[in-house]
Amino acid sequence: MKSNVKILDKLYAAKGISNTIVLFLSLILALIVGGVFFLANGYSPIDAYAAIFIGAFGSFPAFIMTLTQATPLIFSGLAFAVAIRGGMLNVGTEGQLFIGAFAAAIVGAYIKGCPAYIHIPLVLLAAAIAGGLWAALVGFLKVRFGSNEVITTIMLNFVAINLTGYLVNYPLKNPEGMMAQTKPIFDSAKLPRFFSQYQLSAAILLAALTIAVIAFIFYKTPLGYEIEVTGKNKRAAETAGIKIDRVVIITMFISGAIAGLGGAGQVMGINHSFIDGFSPGYGFEGVAVSALVANNPVLTFFSGILFGAIKAGAITVNRIAHIPMDFVFVIQALVVIFVASPKLVGSILNIFKKKGDK
Amino acid sequence: MNAVEMHGISKEFPGVKALDNVDFSINKGEIHALLGENGAGKSTLMKVLYGMHQPNMGTISIKGKDVRINSPIEAIKLGIGMVHQHFMLVPVLTIAENIVAGAEPKNGLFFDLHKAISEVDKLAKDVGFTIDPRKKVEELSVGERQRIEILKALYRGVEILILDEPTAVLTPLEVKELFTTLRQLKQKGMSIILITHKLHEIMEVSDKVTVLRDGKTIGTVLPKDTSANELANMMVGREVKMGVKCRSTNVGDKLFEVQNLCLKNGDRFCLKDINLYLRKGEILGIAGVEGNGQTELIEVLTGLRKPDKMCLKIGEHEISNNAGADEFIKSGIGHIPEDRGERGLVLDMSIKNNCILGYHRINRFIKKGIFLNNVIGKYARHLIKTFKIKAVNEEIHVGTLSGGNQQKVIIGRIFAQNPEVVIAAQPTRGVDVGAIEYIHHKMIEFRDEGKAILLISADLDEIKSLSDRIVILYKGCVVAQGVTDDFTDTDLGILMTGGKISNEER
Ligand SMILES: Nc1ncnc2c1ncn2[C@@H]1O[C@H](COP(=O)(O)OP(=O)(O)OP(=O)(O)O)[C@@H](O)[C@H]1O
Ligand SMILES: [Mg+2]
Repeated sequence: MKSNVKILDKLYAAKGISNTIVLFLSLILALIVGGVFFLANGYSPIDAYAAIFIGAFGSFPAFIMTLTQATPLIFSGLAFAVAIRGGMLNVGTEGQLFIGAFAAAIVGAYIKGCPAYIHIPLVLLAAAIAGGLWAALVGFLKVRFGSNEVITTIMLNFVAINLTGYLVNYPLKNPEGMMAQTKPIFDSAKLPRFFSQYQLSAAILLAALTIAVIAFIFYKTPLGYEIEVTGKNKRAAETAGIKIDRVVIITMFISGAIAGLGGAGQVMGINHSFIDGFSPGYGFEGVAVSALVANNPVLTFFSGILFGAIKAGAITVNRIAHIPMDFVFVIQALVVIFVASPKLVGSILNIFKKKGDK
Repeated sequence: MNAVEMHGISKEFPGVKALDNVDFSINKGEIHALLGENGAGKSTLMKVLYGMHQPNMGTISIKGKDVRINSPIEAIKLGIGMVHQHFMLVPVLTIAENIVAGAEPKNGLFFDLHKAISEVDKLAKDVGFTIDPRKKVEELSVGERQRIEILKALYRGVEILILDEPTAVLTPLEVKELFTTLRQLKQKGMSIILITHKLHEIMEVSDKVTVLRDGKTIGTVLPKDTSANELANMMVGREVKMGVKCRSTNVGDKLFEVQNLCLKNGDRFCLKDINLYLRKGEILGIAGVEGNGQTELIEVLTGLRKPDKMCLKIGEHEISNNAGADEFIKSGIGHIPEDRGERGLVLDMSIKNNCILGYHRINRFIKKGIFLNNVIGKYARHLIKTFKIKAVNEEIHVGTLSGGNQQKVIIGRIFAQNPEVVIAAQPTRGVDVGAIEYIHHKMIEFRDEGKAILLISADLDEIKSLSDRIVILYKGCVVAQGVTDDFTDTDLGILMTGGKISNEER
């Protein structure tokens, strides 16, 4: 799996076309193919894209909606990008997000009487540690028993979702009310919202801050350096005296902690409790968010917003253009397919180039 | 009519003119050597011919027909095959699978493994290789892997075969075998382009030599009309002294001592009761046919592998058997790994970041836990300058450097850190004669500062010219050791292959 990533890089390099151009063309191509899809089903692609755009950026509430949807995606995209840099495919961001959210809900609802400036950091810390440890377990299993992280993370996703599901349905269910959710968190644990009538909370600032911290670690510190070297060439890392086992576990911890923070953001900013199955796949979509920007941690902020926009637009598409929301997810998938396969785009470009030559 | 004619080829990379109006041609049934300093553009020229790079200018014709080669696939269709400086095999697949990959025999829709095996078997017999097509590539030695690469090209029916530094990683015996094969292929009418830095090989096997310097053709000559020294002159542009002997004049106390080193792999001893020592101001060479425990010895002495038994001392300080590679580095043991792409460098990372690899936690580069970017950049530029690394700047990926320049990054990185002892494995592998002279000079200078070097090299001439003393390794045991000049070539030959000579105790 790691070699896949390497191959991607090589292809980018080999084609001699700059990453940004490939990226941009991939997006356009995805939209064109998506348009064909709309047409084939009797919808006007122009109307559809217009509706998505209006739904995402067309008005102030729309833009706020985009940012709200983007927030958890940025976290999980960043989480995935961090793991990739250390040479690991963390497909377990969904599970780590659940665990983080659950820890946040518990610490938010059961620790009483501390002021917000203590309570909020405490809740965040709990979520980060919980998500981090959940992921570090994967790293441990990998270095100790050589288990493939893709398989263990997927399995742990099921465990996390079902474990929290059980807890919130039985022992920790809020006795007041029908829904399977935990007791509401105290006000002191809630992240402030920008506007009272919208859900957008300070979680998006936390996401930006997390990105800054990660960028700092990656580009300025020996730990970040060791993560990069380990991810790119394990044997060279070992030769350089880097304790690769430790690095693998730490990388997974950081990745899981970020995913956990994403879960906490939803609990502290939006739902104010842990709701059974609250995530429609925010964690999983992190893979796409990260892939879109070739796993560049800083750029996940923007690809997160793009995916948030598509999600926000989906609702409007349904309302204005009467196109089923599922189509929007087709577009989303197309974007990932085209972006994640530069070879495909490269060969399409080559066809044009050859035609041009003749 | 020539098999290949390349005319006026120019190729620019961002910031480098790798090829500048180069002409090159080869006949049918000819072995044509390509010679030049590291970074002269040999690999680039051949990658142009193989369709991996598109030239900015120039024409190529194959058997008199003008062509444009857009990809290796097109090159293969035109009968051109290439074996790269770095092998491109899939280790977990079998020999047969590797050879046919991309041109698999099919049984209906499906891959026909039996046919693949029998075809590969026949092909191997035709060129006189003995291989078992069912074996996995990961089990093979470097020399065997290379044959697989050659077979892979032959399987596709190529008539023009490019070999990029094939002998760099081979033992002398394997080189002999390779040359026999090449002569055989030549008899069958193949055109072979051979890149090598070893002048005696060129004199031995090639029909013609073309010399490149700084991306320009210097000229094409016949080996019989020239000499190794003259070739060196042509490629470097100045007089080169090769294989100078320079024995240490000032040997001090013991600096590094290994006692009773044993290493087992399962029940089998890889290394058995090794005792050796290095004194201040000396170079100790390990002579031996590759595969007699050298790799394991290097790994143990650099902390990459835990021995079953050993007592290791550097100065008065004893290094525990559980110490990791980081502790070895900290104790002042520098390591030049035998395979630069595998252990020595992170190819898709900048030169700058590769310059601090292994030393990335030392105080000089860090303040309050944060990298001192300016200091590191300056340090990298200093290495590039001192060690004459041919690079546009320190920010480019080390993988875009030519092979020899990659090696210089490692050499520079180690010697600049001023270790006490250097474990130097194949330090001049793939390096041009000018740079070899320079690296050897560096090693001797280092030795004369009262430091010590353990030199492991497949090149016996290198061992003989640099080492003050020699240890001979055979099947994981030290079979003899002593002062270099006390061994004759015949002695060494006998000892390295497990024979005995009468007065072993010296
Ligand atoms: N992909 C690339 N991108 C940028 N520069 C490159 C690339 N490939 C080669 N170069 C540069 O082109 C020049 C010629 O390199 P080339 O690999 O052809 O040298 P070479 O003659 O094969 O040397 P060596 O003997 O060390 O293998 C070098 O300066 C190298 O840094
Ligand atoms: Mg080369």
